[in-house]
Amino acid sequence: MPKQPGGQRLRLPLEWLGILPFLIFAMLFLIMPTMKIVIGAFQTADGSFTLQNLIDLNTDSIRSAYWTSLKLSFVTALLGCAIGFAMAAAVVFGGIPKGVRNPLVTFSGVASNFAGVPLAFAFIATLGPVGLVTVWLRTEFGINLRAMGFNLLSFWGLVITYLFFQIPLMILIIIPALDGLKREWREAAAVLGATGAQYWRMVALPILFPSLLGTFALLFANAFGAVATAFALTGPQLNIVPIKLFAQIRGDVLGNPNLGYALAFGMIVITALANFLYIWLRVRSERWLK
Amino acid sequence: MSFLTMTNLEKLFGQNRVVKDFSLSVEKGEFISLLGPSGCGKTTVLRMVAGFESPTAGGITIDGKDVTGLKANSRNIGMMFQAYALFPNMTVADNVAFGLKVKGAPRAERDARVAEMLALIGLEDLGARFPFQLSGGQQQRVALARALAPRPSVLLLDEPLSALDAKVRVSLRNQIRQIQQDLGITTIFVTHDQEEAMSISDRIVVMNGGVADQVGAPFEIYNRPRTKFVANFVGTLNTFEVEVTDPTTGRVTLAGQGLSLPNAPLAAHVGEKLSVALRPEALRLGRLPDAEALLTAKVTDVNFMGSVIRLKADLAGAAVSLDTFNRPDTPPPVVGSEVEVSLSGRDFILLQA
Ligand SMILES: Nc1ncnc2c1ncn2[C@@H]1O[C@H](COP(=O)(O)OP(=O)(O)O)[C@@H](O)[C@H]1O
Ligand SMILES: [Mg+2]
Repeated sequence: MPKQPGGQRLRLPLEWLGILPFLIFAMLFLIMPTMKIVIGAFQTADGSFTLQNLIDLNTDSIRSAYWTSLKLSFVTALLGCAIGFAMAAAVVFGGIPKGVRNPLVTFSGVASNFAGVPLAFAFIATLGPVGLVTVWLRTEFGINLRAMGFNLLSFWGLVITYLFFQIPLMILIIIPALDGLKREWREAAAVLGATGAQYWRMVALPILFPSLLGTFALLFANAFGAVATAFALTGPQLNIVPIKLFAQIRGDVLGNPNLGYALAFGMIVITALANFLYIWLRVRSERWLK
Repeated sequence: MSFLTMTNLEKLFGQNRVVKDFSLSVEKGEFISLLGPSGCGKTTVLRMVAGFESPTAGGITIDGKDVTGLKANSRNIGMMFQAYALFPNMTVADNVAFGLKVKGAPRAERDARVAEMLALIGLEDLGARFPFQLSGGQQQRVALARALAPRPSVLLLDEPLSALDAKVRVSLRNQIRQIQQDLGITTIFVTHDQEEAMSISDRIVVMNGGVADQVGAPFEIYNRPRTKFVANFVGTLNTFEVEVTDPTTGRVTLAGQGLSLPNAPLAAHVGEKLSVALRPEALRLGRLPDAEALLTAKVTDVNFMGSVIRLKADLAGAAVSLDTFNRPDTPPPVVGSEVEVSLSGRDFILLQA
């Protein structure tokens, strides 16, 4: 089109129209709630500024809730990464037949989204006090899980349940990264005299490190925010932050919405810190990337 | 005994016999090329030598030692791949040092060797760069340095130049040959480019469908190809039908003119038609005193390439290719003109099957 004389004309930025739904969505469900939480965390019930909500977080019960949440997220992210990585590596490099890969990926796609009440119910029905597997082990083999100290409605019970979506999520994300490892790297290492272990330590893992780190961060956040599964599984008695938060919002126990905002604010701060740590590590490990 | 021997190698992938009864002896310090079209099994042979594939049958020895059952990481071999084989997470220097590092060589020794290798390939200043900061040609030179650093007994190269552009390809192949001769390292070079193979090899193995059709020096392969496949794959070829007039002396006629073929007596009877071939440069423009026969050809295409002029012409009922050198005082013939072509029976190549 020839240039029009007479300076600039206003033009509808059509190319931005496509992402408009996303912008509206992000505004409505991410930015505005976050602002409300941040502001609410520093307000009293009648709307004046206060630091009391944050000070109120410093109780034994809330501190231990944060601690348990962090532990739960860390442990499930770590185990999810380790187990998922081993499974993905077996599928990509192991002698496992090609026919296994696609069903595994499909299953992982489903399982990684399986959370909340259905997941909790499935686990209660299998590993709960009168669950299928629990009863079967007791009657058929005389193995009493309960007597051995296992309780689904506990920290480790929750870990196992979370792993049901954490491992598949790891598998989904890491398989493409493993596919990206070039055969030439492995063979060049071998022909230069490296053992399999040396190849993994000096070549493959450093190359995968950014992906592993990213997936770990994602699994951590995934577990840290998961309230529905935990609540459905254990009810209000397990002391983790999302459940406490849920209680504040529903007004069950204390019914102090501003304390709820402060709790959520704490989660945002922790998530942000974790993200900064992640970005910093990632930048350090990616100097060799384009 | 030769330095590197392959004896009756065979490789099956499932039911697919990819390498068939392949035998080759390579002398110490020799530069051998495996030449053949894509899919003929060159890479598979190389990978069996490297230890990435185990032969279905046959054996491999290096320096008198049977390595057939040895793992790749204990064969002390250097290998260069087609492309992208540098470790992307390591600097150039760390890439070159890798082989020494995994063998536990001390730091000082590694550093000295890396410096020596980078000087050898002319990249002294790039030790701190990462692979993505290098051009394709530089990456391949680093790959060569990395392969040579641990002082391998054999160097294997699998089409290391095929991903590079033409100019770099020629200069790097000469550099590879130069370094190979300086170090005296026994080398097997895989390529599908006949010009590349001929310009840098001591001997060429022409492969076809998993077998070695012919093994010989470039001059021999080009001028005395044993099979039709070799003759066609290596260089351009013009084929003619000639009629045998006297098998004992090798006399034949082509378009009414008498010629004496080499390798008489001919295994043919009087009157039989034989298929023979001529290289484009054996058809010489003009009336030459030493020629046996003089024919007239009609020019159908002229391709001026600089020092060489390549003509296409109709000659004795065949469409032929004809090469002649440029002469500053003589413009090339024009399309449609008739030219005189001199040829001699001794330049003909008799082809089996
Ligand atoms: N790992 C493999 N599994 C099955 N077939 C293979 C494998 N590697 C190579 N082939 C087949 O073997 C033949 C020769 O391959 P290759 O040695 O790579 O040929 P070249 O290097 O001469 O192009 C090809 O038909 C190829 O498809
Ligand atoms: Mg190949």
